Formats: sequence, structure tokens, C-alpha cells
Amino acid sequence: MLERLLILSAILFCIGLYGALSRRHVIAVLISVEIMFNAVNIALVAFSRYVQPAAFRATGEVTAVAESTVLAGQSFAVFVIVVAAAEVALGLALVIAMLRTKDSVDVTEASLMRR
Amino acid sequence: MNIGARDLFLISPELLLVTLAVVVVALDLVIRRKGIVIAVAVVGLLVPAIAGVNVWNDIHATGVDTAFNGALVVDEFALYFKFLTLAVLALLFLSSADYASRFQPFQAEFYGLLLFSSAGLMLLPAAGDLITVYISLELASLPVIALAAYEKMRLKSTEAGLKYLVLSAVSSAVLLYGFAFLYGATGTLRLISFDPADPAIGHMLINGDPSVPFGGVAVMVGVVLATAGFGFKLSMVPFQMWTPDVYEGAPTPVAAYLAVASKAAAFAVVLRLFYAGLDPAAADWSLMFAVLAAITMTVGNVVAIAQTNVKRLLGYSAIAQAGYMLVGVAAYVGSGPDAELGIESVLFYLGGYAAMNLTAFFVIMAITNRTGDDSIEGLAGLGKRAPILAVLLALALLGLTGIPPTVGFVGKLFLFNAAINADMVWLAVVGVLNSVVSAYYYVGVVRVMYLRESDNPARITVPPYAWAALAVTAAAILVLGLWPGGLLEVARQAALDLL
Repeated sequence: MLERLLILSAILFCIGLYGALSRRHVIAVLISVEIMFNAVNIALVAFSRYVQPAAFRATGEVTAVAESTVLAGQSFAVFVIVVAAAEVALGLALVIAMLRTKDSVDVTEASLMRR
Repeated sequence: MNIGARDLFLISPELLLVTLAVVVVALDLVIRRKGIVIAVAVVGLLVPAIAGVNVWNDIHATGVDTAFNGALVVDEFALYFKFLTLAVLALLFLSSADYASRFQPFQAEFYGLLLFSSAGLMLLPAAGDLITVYISLELASLPVIALAAYEKMRLKSTEAGLKYLVLSAVSSAVLLYGFAFLYGATGTLRLISFDPADPAIGHMLINGDPSVPFGGVAVMVGVVLATAGFGFKLSMVPFQMWTPDVYEGAPTPVAAYLAVASKAAAFAVVLRLFYAGLDPAAADWSLMFAVLAAITMTVGNVVAIAQTNVKRLLGYSAIAQAGYMLVGVAAYVGSGPDAELGIESVLFYLGGYAAMNLTAFFVIMAITNRTGDDSIEGLAGLGKRAPILAVLLALALLGLTGIPPTVGFVGKLFLFNAAINADMVWLAVVGVLNSVVSAYYYVGVVRVMYLRESDNPARITVPPYAWAALAVTAAAILVLGLWPGGLLEVARQAALDLL
């Protein structure tokens, strides 16, 4: 099962990366980045579910410290979700700022400094 | 796992810095005179600095301590970077007061965002697990996105913000994917652990498969992706594309902040991750960084030659300088009497680099503020129009080239010495050759300043607080160049914490 989840996550990550690098509309780029973050979340949650935490392997018994690490990957995923939301909020604010100054949100037109 | 007074004491510098940010933004609402707000921001930085000294005294007496159940590791290495960030921030505030007046009525938020971002930069070197690394990294970079786009009526500025946002988001996703694989391969997110019942990533890598680089395929994927993600923050080739664009488009104080403070913290976390977290796989990543260092400095220096905009030139210069510092990262020798040389030289160079780069950026800020022209041609005749500024800029650029008696010379000497100590003579040779190439464009700017006549005879005036900041950074270039011993000893103590 872990393999299938990782393959799903890898496919999603590649779709997101391709989209982020090839789409022209800023919103589409932001959506693609969001797909990448969610691919990461799937990988984190899958590892959290199927990989034995290091603390269990170290001592071979169930200690309080070991129990506290069981959900490490899942809690990481929660943090990722929150930060990704903040990132998109900032992105949308920038889109509005861009629309006000140049009336276009095409990333290929953001090339004043290309030389 | 409860949060105790001890935890709060250990992160008191960051807590006070965030408080200061809130105070600055709130004061702006009730006070008309903006000068007072800036004064509060600058003087207020003393509060987290004093808290930092307190923590340092404590750590120095009792040794390394962890806070929040191991999420933060407070040692002299982390404190070195906290003080560096605070110093850079204070100098930046002093010199940019004039520049920031154009942001009216959002001046205080400008300082507030810089303070919030610095809190992230101060937490980053102290990160004890991968979650903390990620959260501090985002805390540091999200405000910078807003800051880069701060002059929202200037197209280049919004463009810089947009580029930084998209590339920063993509690089965070790549970094996170790498972290996910490191987690999957080892079953833990801990970078550093002093508790044998709760092993760190490094402990789980000791029995790796010697036939695969990094001891396992999942670890290898994780390390490569994480390096790519950090490479963006370090402006390491091939992830350097954003650097010149953002430096040129963003407001100059933000470019200075990115070039100095943000880069220093990125080096701190890379050192922490690789030296303390991944040292069983050192033979592999040391070679990887050596190759990346050689490519990074060469690309930065060669492309810089063709630049005509001075902020863009400093962008490529920052790429090249990152390459020199990566030499120190690559110089891993394991254990032994000189094992700390690599880290020590990076820490020392970061201090000197901060002094040199800030001097250059401050001078350029002062000039472009008056002339509005940031091309290299715009610096023509500066030797006559602003003799002292011209001397300071020349000093900074010669320092970045690595000419004695500046700190740039001593710093590079230590970096290349570390490479030779780690049996990477070829890398030291590449570094020296690159320094020769870099002299061409650094000295080129100096030549324009002194030998080219300008048709604009207006003299350039600089406010007194900006002179104060410039005096400190310029003095640091010479003092650290002539008497490097003090900072070097501090850097050595900090470096020993990672071994």
C-alpha cells in the first residue's frame, strides 16, 4: 500500500511541478503549487502510517517518548496545510497588486528585467 | 511535554523581537512623527539583543540546551546567527530610514515585516527538527515576498515579488518532498537528539548500504531534493535564476536584507542539517557541495561581467559569494584536531560578507535615493561628487574581490585553507581563479567611479544616521581584516557545537 501511495504522490508532484513551470496565468501557477504541497502531504501521511518510528526501532519497546513520535508525519502535514494557505493568500494579494498596475496577470509578461 | 519557563527563556530573543514588531506597527497608528517610530524600532532591537546575551551567558555556563521538547536547539552556533541577524537589522534600519520615507503611509509596516521575517531567521539556525526548519523558513520568507513587492506602484517591484513568491513556493514544495523522504527513510523528523530513546536522522543512517550514495535510495532522493530546496535560498546554481531579478526589482533595503541576513540563515540551516544531521553520509554530500560550489562561483562571476545595472551586478556577486562559502560547507573532514575548520571559515566569512555587502548596498541606497539611477554608468564621477561614498564603495568592492587588508581577503584565505585541509586542492584553485575573474567587474565599477566624468555635477548628501551605519560596516571591513582573531575565536566556538 505504501508503494501505491508514494506513486500517487510522485505523480501529483510532477503534475504540480509541470503546471507551476508551464502555466501562464498566476492563479494557475498558484493552484499547481498547491498540488505540489498536497503531494507532499500524501507522502508524509503515508510514511507516518506505514513506517515504524525511529524511537520504536531504537529501544524495541513502547516508551512515552516513542508514543509521542507516532504521529510526527501527520502533524507535519497539518503545518504544511496551514503555511500553504498563508502562501496562497499572499499570492492573491500580489495578483491584485499586479492587476492594479498593469492590468494583466500573465507571468510571461512579468519580464521587465529579463536580459 | 509542558511548556515551562525555561523554554520561554530560551526563545526570549525571538519573543521580544516579535513583540517589538507589534509595538512598532501599533505605535505608528497613534504617533504622527514617523521619526519616533524608526527610533523605537532601532533602539528596541537592544531588548532582544540583551535577552540574547542573557541566553548566551546561560548556555556558556551550562552547555547546549533544548526547548519545546527538542524542537529548538539553543547553542552558541544558533546564538552566533541570532546576533548577526540583529546587527544586520539595526544597521539596515539606520541606513534605510531615508529610503523608507517613500513608503508613506506604510513605513512602520515595512519595519514590522522586516522584524517578523528576522524572527524566522533567528529561529532557523536553532531548529532541532524538520518541522521547525520548515516553519521558520516560511516565517522568514513570506514577509520578504510582501517586502519585495512593497513599492506596489512600481512594476519592477511587483514583478520581483511575484517571482520570489512563485519560486519560493516551488522551492519549499521541493524541500518538503525531500523532508518527506528523509522522514520515510529514517522514521524520524529529529535533526539533533540528546536522548538515545528518541534517535535523530543521523543515528538512523549509520548502518546505511555502502553501495548506494547516502546509504539508501530514499535518503538519496531526500537529500537531493532538500539540497535543491535550500539551493534556492542560498542562490546556488542551478537555482539562482531569481536572485538578480529580485535584487534589481525589490526595494534596495530588501535586496540588502535578502543578500545578507537571509543568506546567512540559509547557510546556518544547511550546516546544521548536513553536519549535525547527515554526517554519516558526509563523504557523498561533501563531494556534491564541492562540485556545486565550483559551478556556482564560476557562473556567478562569469555572468556578472556583462551586467550594466549595479543592483543586478550585486545579485550575481551574491551568487558568486555563495559559491565561495559553499567551499567551506564542502570541506568536511570528520573528526580530528581541525575538524571545525570548514564550519568556522563559513561563519567567519558570513560575518565579513555581511560587513562588505551592507557597505556596498548602503552606498548604493544613498546614491540611488538622490539620483534615481541604478545603472553602473550612473556612478560616473562619484569620486568627485561624493568622495567619501566613493571610497567606501571601493573598499567594499575590493573586499568582495578579496584584496588585503580587507576581511574579504582573510575570509577567503580561511575558506580555501579549509578546502586544502579537506584534501580538495582543486576546489581551492578554482576559488582563487574565480577571485581573479571577479576582480574584473568589481574593479570595473571602481574605475567608472573615478575615471569617468559625469555630466551631473550635483553633490550627494547623506543623512547622519546613514553615515553611522556606513561607518560601522566600513570599520568592520578593515578591523576584521586586520585583526580577525576575535571573530574567528567566536566562530570556532560556535562551529564546535556542530561536531
